[in-house]
Amino acid sequence: MEITDLNILRSKDFTDKIIKSINKIMRELDKSIKIMHVCGTHEHTISKYGLRSLLPKEIEVISGPGCPVCVCPAADIDKAIELGRREDIIITTFGDMIRVPASNLSLSELKAQGADVRIVYGPNDAVKIAKDNPNKEIIFFAIGFETTVPLTGYEIKSNPPSNFSVICAHKLIPAALELLMSIDQLSIDGFISPGHVSTIIGIKPYKLFSDAYHVPNVITGFEPNDVLLAILMLLKQIKNKKFETLNEYSRVVKPEGNIVAQKIISEVFESVSSPWRGIGRILDGGLMIKDKYEKYDADKKFDIKIEKSTDIPPGCSCHLIMTGKLSPNECKLFRKTCTPLNPVGPCMVSMEGTCSIYYKYYSE
Amino acid sequence: MCLAIPGKILEITGNQALVDFDGIQQKIIIALIQNPEIGKYVVVHAGYAIEQINEEEAMEAIEQWKEIAEDQDLDLTDML
Repeated sequence: MEITDLNILRSKDFTDKIIKSINKIMRELDKSIKIMHVCGTHEHTISKYGLRSLLPKEIEVISGPGCPVCVCPAADIDKAIELGRREDIIITTFGDMIRVPASNLSLSELKAQGADVRIVYGPNDAVKIAKDNPNKEIIFFAIGFETTVPLTGYEIKSNPPSNFSVICAHKLIPAALELLMSIDQLSIDGFISPGHVSTIIGIKPYKLFSDAYHVPNVITGFEPNDVLLAILMLLKQIKNKKFETLNEYSRVVKPEGNIVAQKIISEVFESVSSPWRGIGRILDGGLMIKDKYEKYDADKKFDIKIEKSTDIPPGCSCHLIMTGKLSPNECKLFRKTCTPLNPVGPCMVSMEGTCSIYYKYYSE
Repeated sequence: MCLAIPGKILEITGNQALVDFDGIQQKIIIALIQNPEIGKYVVVHAGYAIEQINEEEAMEAIEQWKEIAEDQDLDLTDML
């Protein structure tokens, strides 16, 4: 196979065909449909390629809490900031994370004050910094959903140097879907599920979910035609009153997921009730490092407690935007005091944040 | 954050591989996938391969898509 064969994923003829079928099935359904995705990369595809404008107006595609940077609680960032003030500590994290405003500062503002805060491409880079700086403590501020968790787990279980530790702010997607279903006013008709989270966890966790809540779910790739095809697959299920989890992204996602990665996750982490920024505590919504590896748990190593933190600054609507209750255009700060250059809330920072994407791709 | 891109494995050394991303070559970690093979495509997230693309499944999916795209009269709703 040559990867160029994948050009069909961007075939306009195919787009036209899918849209034609979507229109046909919507005429038969004759009602409004609300579809939620929970992945910043999906929002990026939908906005960049103007997919909403191709769909009939009765289909609303809303963005859920799909940006791990956005849902990371301010208290965790505050913790990294407090530790980063120490001269013997180097804070490392992903580029998306350092500009996110916490209760008072962001990590990039801390860096401007002289702290040693470094962007890494992956956790292996943080381990390398630890090896290169044996007289310093290197903390990897670990964020991300299931896609990223095994990377952190792999480094923890590969016997990194003792001056390496992790602030574990990883979050889990299936628990968030459950929470979204419990919000009455949302009444979601179908979910577009994230392809790369699913690459790790496989189909089963979603199947349990679609069976329990009778809501269709399609694991979806990231090309425009992937997303449109997923919408069609959801509509067909709604029409046939058959609610299950289907895999549109079968070229990558195996039904069982990535077994090696799953073993690493269960070896190193255990699921815990975990706070999501602006959303609240979610049962089994996050991970902590198991006792076996506690020497790499920065929480235990440094014993920093944040008594009070501010997740949502005054006027900011990120908490409503992340649960699909509000569109960025309806936030009174959007494009005014809150811009990518001067973000007020977390959703305006990351390139996967809903507000940041809307700022870039939608006109006023 | 969950962005992952496909690349082709050129060389394998221990738990690392040199992968070609459409002309740009980079070393990545392949410890999270089973039986990595030179010449195969992997999906890479933050410097780690998270899956090897199943070529048979990929080709099947693509062939199905091609058929759909080429057949003007086909109603997609019957295919899914």
